[in-house]
Amino acid sequence: MTAATERRLGYADLPALLTRMTGDEKHGPSATSTLDVLWVLYDQVLRIGPDTVDSQARDRFLLSKGHGPMAYYAVLAAKGFIPPDWLDTFGAYDSPLGYHPDRTLVPGVEISSGSLGHGLPLGVGVALGLRAQGLTDTRTYVLVGDAELDEGSNHEAIAYAGATGLDTLTAVVVDNRSATHGWPGGIGARFAANGWSTATVDGRDHRALRSAFTTPLPGKPHVVVAVVEEKG
Amino acid sequence: MDMRETFVAETSALLDDDPRTALVLADISAAAFAEAEHRHPDRVLNVGIRESLMVSVAGGLALTGLRPIAHSYAPFLIERAFEQVKLDFAHQAATGVLVSIGASYDAAQAGRTHHSPGDVALVDTLPGWAVRVPGHPAEVPALLRESVTGDGSGYLRLSTRANSAPHAGADGSLVPLRTNGNVLVVAVGPMLDPVLEATRDLDVRVAYTNTVRPFDTAGLRALAGETVVLVEPYLAGTSARIVADALGDRPHRTLCLGVTRNDLRRYGTPADHDPAHGLDPAGLRRSIVDFGG
Repeated sequence: MTAATERRLGYADLPALLTRMTGDEKHGPSATSTLDVLWVLYDQVLRIGPDTVDSQARDRFLLSKGHGPMAYYAVLAAKGFIPPDWLDTFGAYDSPLGYHPDRTLVPGVEISSGSLGHGLPLGVGVALGLRAQGLTDTRTYVLVGDAELDEGSNHEAIAYAGATGLDTLTAVVVDNRSATHGWPGGIGARFAANGWSTATVDGRDHRALRSAFTTPLPGKPHVVVAVVEEKG
Repeated sequence: MDMRETFVAETSALLDDDPRTALVLADISAAAFAEAEHRHPDRVLNVGIRESLMVSVAGGLALTGLRPIAHSYAPFLIERAFEQVKLDFAHQAATGVLVSIGASYDAAQAGRTHHSPGDVALVDTLPGWAVRVPGHPAEVPALLRESVTGDGSGYLRLSTRANSAPHAGADGSLVPLRTNGNVLVVAVGPMLDPVLEATRDLDVRVAYTNTVRPFDTAGLRALAGETVVLVEPYLAGTSARIVADALGDRPHRTLCLGVTRNDLRRYGTPADHDPAHGLDPAGLRRSIVDFGG
């Protein structure tokens, strides 16, 4: 398959791509909790493609919640970053596609993740590094899970990014209510208290997601809470 | 100037010289870098008292092509934030420079929370990290420049304790200072003066290094006979595997001296702590003589 035909794959092809990793025809909510968010980002928001993975001005997408990366790999395959054939090797010893992504093995993967609570702090550094090099039009997006927010390292990043008005940073919290003790008062409120702008949207509604990602909100970092089905 | 002041001056110069250089702080030393921060507000970043964020931010800066320096007290920089060092630098294949102060027990009066004898051993679990342990403030600028202008990762361990004179540059070589006798005593960083005093009237060779990773194993092989005493200013035995590997093809004995694992629960001065770890000249002399020196 050539890169040109790979790029023709669309949202409707994602289930079949997932099946190449799971072996199942149907996929439950937990396997696909991030799928729509990822699709909207790569299809409509991020200024990055297979040909610009090394471009300094590319938007950065950091998947912090590295577990359950099948949706991520499926989207990367659909968009031509990786050959769909790689999906058949998912988790094998010599596969580039592990149960947690490795940025040195997969084109387009910005960070190696798996241990929770690293992506958002790294994303703060990435956004600051781009700003220091004058790339103020380049955005940094970080996807975290609502349970991942349990990790205290996130809160160092949330507080600092808010206090310094790091407005090239967008956090996406995929909320499937899997945090053991929940977030009384709402996830958005945690960010808002630290000076972030917030939007809470249906994590399956592509139009709402796109709008939340692209509404310009200068002066503040931005968080999109994407609410999906409760983890089963 | 002490090592920290030298570090501040040299880092400020590096920030001026190279737009790739960046510095991330967690309040400690922020006042000393106020002028540099004023000149380079986008590349001198104080994240507040958030050491894990400090290291992650430095890793993120590196991912965009900058050359970050992260700096704090050793226990907070290395031990508190070790997963960040391991994952947000090493596993990301991002590189940068970590510069600590405090060493094993510079802040003796502050107690165990501010002591970090295990820092070098921890960093040594990571692949390819350079570890530099200056023994004199005048050794700091070259070691810092070597760390920052290279493209690998490095740990620079500063201390308020220092030898009376500098003895090595930044080429990482083991410097022979005394060449008589069968026993080779290798002194790392600030341990040199106590070693020289301890061995003043002993018939032993003495060599010095301020770079323990990579260790000058060729120099060690050239200088060592069958008996080696390694004196490190951090956890005893941290470099034992290096000596074992370097001399693996010859019969040899190694004595590893350094800070013990004991939490003394004592305050006072660093000099008060030295004898408790056998690192004062009298204690060093006793150990070296007992081992055949």
